[in-house]
Amino acid sequence: MLQQAIVSGLVFGLYFTLVGLGLNLIFGVMRIVNIAHGDFLMLGGYAAYWLFTLFGMSPFLAAVLVLVVFLAVGWPLYYLIVPRLQLARDAEMLSLILFFGLSQVIEALATIAFGTTEHSIPGRVLGIGPFGLLGAMLPKAWGVSALVSAIAVGAVALYLYRTRLGTLTRAVMVNRDEALASGIDTNRVSAIAFGIGIALAGLAGVFAPFMLGSMTPSMGVDVNLAAFAVIVVGSLGNPLGTALGGMIYGVSLLLMQTYLSSWANLLPNLMLILVLLVWPTGILGREVRRA
Amino acid sequence: MPDRAEPPRAGIASSPMRARGWRDLAFAGAPLVVLAAIAPALYGNQLLLFNFVTFLALAQGLNVIYGFTGYLPFGYVGFFGAGAYGFAITVMDFHLGPGAGMAVAAAASVVLGMILSPLLRLSGAYFAIASLAAAQALYDIVSNPALDDVTKGPYGVSLSSVFAPDLSYNVAVGIFAFATLLVIWLRNARFGLALRAMRDDPVSAAMAGFPIVRGRTIAWLLSALIAGLAGGAYAWHISVFYPETAFDISFSIFAVVFTLFGGAATLLGPVCGVVLLYGLYNAIGITVPQYFQLIYGLLIMALVLFLPDGLASLLTRRGIRVP
Repeated sequence: MLQQAIVSGLVFGLYFTLVGLGLNLIFGVMRIVNIAHGDFLMLGGYAAYWLFTLFGMSPFLAAVLVLVVFLAVGWPLYYLIVPRLQLARDAEMLSLILFFGLSQVIEALATIAFGTTEHSIPGRVLGIGPFGLLGAMLPKAWGVSALVSAIAVGAVALYLYRTRLGTLTRAVMVNRDEALASGIDTNRVSAIAFGIGIALAGLAGVFAPFMLGSMTPSMGVDVNLAAFAVIVVGSLGNPLGTALGGMIYGVSLLLMQTYLSSWANLLPNLMLILVLLVWPTGILGREVRRA
Repeated sequence: MPDRAEPPRAGIASSPMRARGWRDLAFAGAPLVVLAAIAPALYGNQLLLFNFVTFLALAQGLNVIYGFTGYLPFGYVGFFGAGAYGFAITVMDFHLGPGAGMAVAAAASVVLGMILSPLLRLSGAYFAIASLAAAQALYDIVSNPALDDVTKGPYGVSLSSVFAPDLSYNVAVGIFAFATLLVIWLRNARFGLALRAMRDDPVSAAMAGFPIVRGRTIAWLLSALIAGLAGGAYAWHISVFYPETAFDISFSIFAVVFTLFGGAATLLGPVCGVVLLYGLYNAIGITVPQYFQLIYGLLIMALVLFLPDGLASLLTRRGIRVP
């Protein structure tokens, strides 16, 4: 049972890494908190559901489509709101409120369009029957979702560390003003990072029906809390730290569900507070504490 | 920034500041409280008026911590819920009267504020998220079926034995009066000025000799106290409620948006926010919630992008002082 819990925890950890990654990338580059992250994830999930129900489209094809469309939406969305937001006195705080407004808009539109019934895609679409992994038996859908997550995380790592644009992105993450002063088009770099962050949320959404259960327009709030726990444990503003946070979160969640299931809901929040108090920068973090 | 126009004042508490405080009290604070107190005689729906007064108190309580220190507690509802359940447990499990219940509500929120005060070491978004997580964690504990014997878990509490709508309404008005006095004091005393200095530049404020850790802890506990008292009065007035009502995140969000909409760190700003936006909510929000949610979301976005300092800044920008 312990082995089962740890192995499935790691598999879930990979998926939760993907859930937190986009949020963390956006915070790292722009120092704004995208509270609407969970709602973009929800939209990705609904897109996959409708593409599957109406056209029988496989989630893999839907994933590619969602990635492209969400990137194309996120990129201009940046220019629409972020530069103006950053003029304000306390942009980081106001971003919480601004994106809360956006999340309300998305949730309201989704409720008007889809209603409040729960929707899901059957797990057999991603493969039938369980498979063995390190002595544990898991549904195939979990394995496939984890694999896609791993590929996406790897692609983001390659982008950040092996491309010119990625290097520029990391420069903006370290110091926005100095990056601007050395001639980097910070707005363009940020807009692309914003688009990628939204696209990652959408991609995570495509696999949400298999990993998080059925979807409703208001699922974003819970997703956000989990995503926050993941990225705070990993360290806010460090995209690759997300992977570590995701693993720790996934394993602790599955251990809690196995041995102490009635208190499992407490876990993300307690973990968040404890890590913030003991280790405010996260496990792989930079200095952020003031006074 | 409404306050930057005011000249910096010397070390001694100057009498113009004090005179201004009395003026704010006489012409803005006192009339509002009197209006809230006599409102039930003018309008029949006491529950609606009670909700207005609760939000007025909560918005001013949030104003104390957000407006004056810049800390944005997304989990402000945690104190409200702690107060509501402090009241409920006193009345339900210990069979004491509502007076003892209110005292426990106040104590519960202040103790919770002390437990959470290390969160003030965090800055910016970290603090906001951590306080939200704290409120969620408290909700998960209170609503857990394992604690059925103490909190009635997710099944909700019923306090019909102490039900007293008129008295509890007046207590809520009293809490609003307390919050109003507190904001007037903070706006016109050295302590509040020092808090705002700390908000704008903590390092300089510390170098000028203001004990910043003690200052913001005091503001934090006062803000928690107001929410806890409001929660106690809410439990008393509503009488039957569930953990998800007392810990509804909307309380935090509404309080934040109302405060921001009118203008943080002013007395009248949060009041305008509550009257206009909560009025709008009651006009259209109850019949068609998703359309209200849509309008509300768009309004919040427009507000942050085009009027980040609230309605009050429309006047202060032209050099008119808003109490």
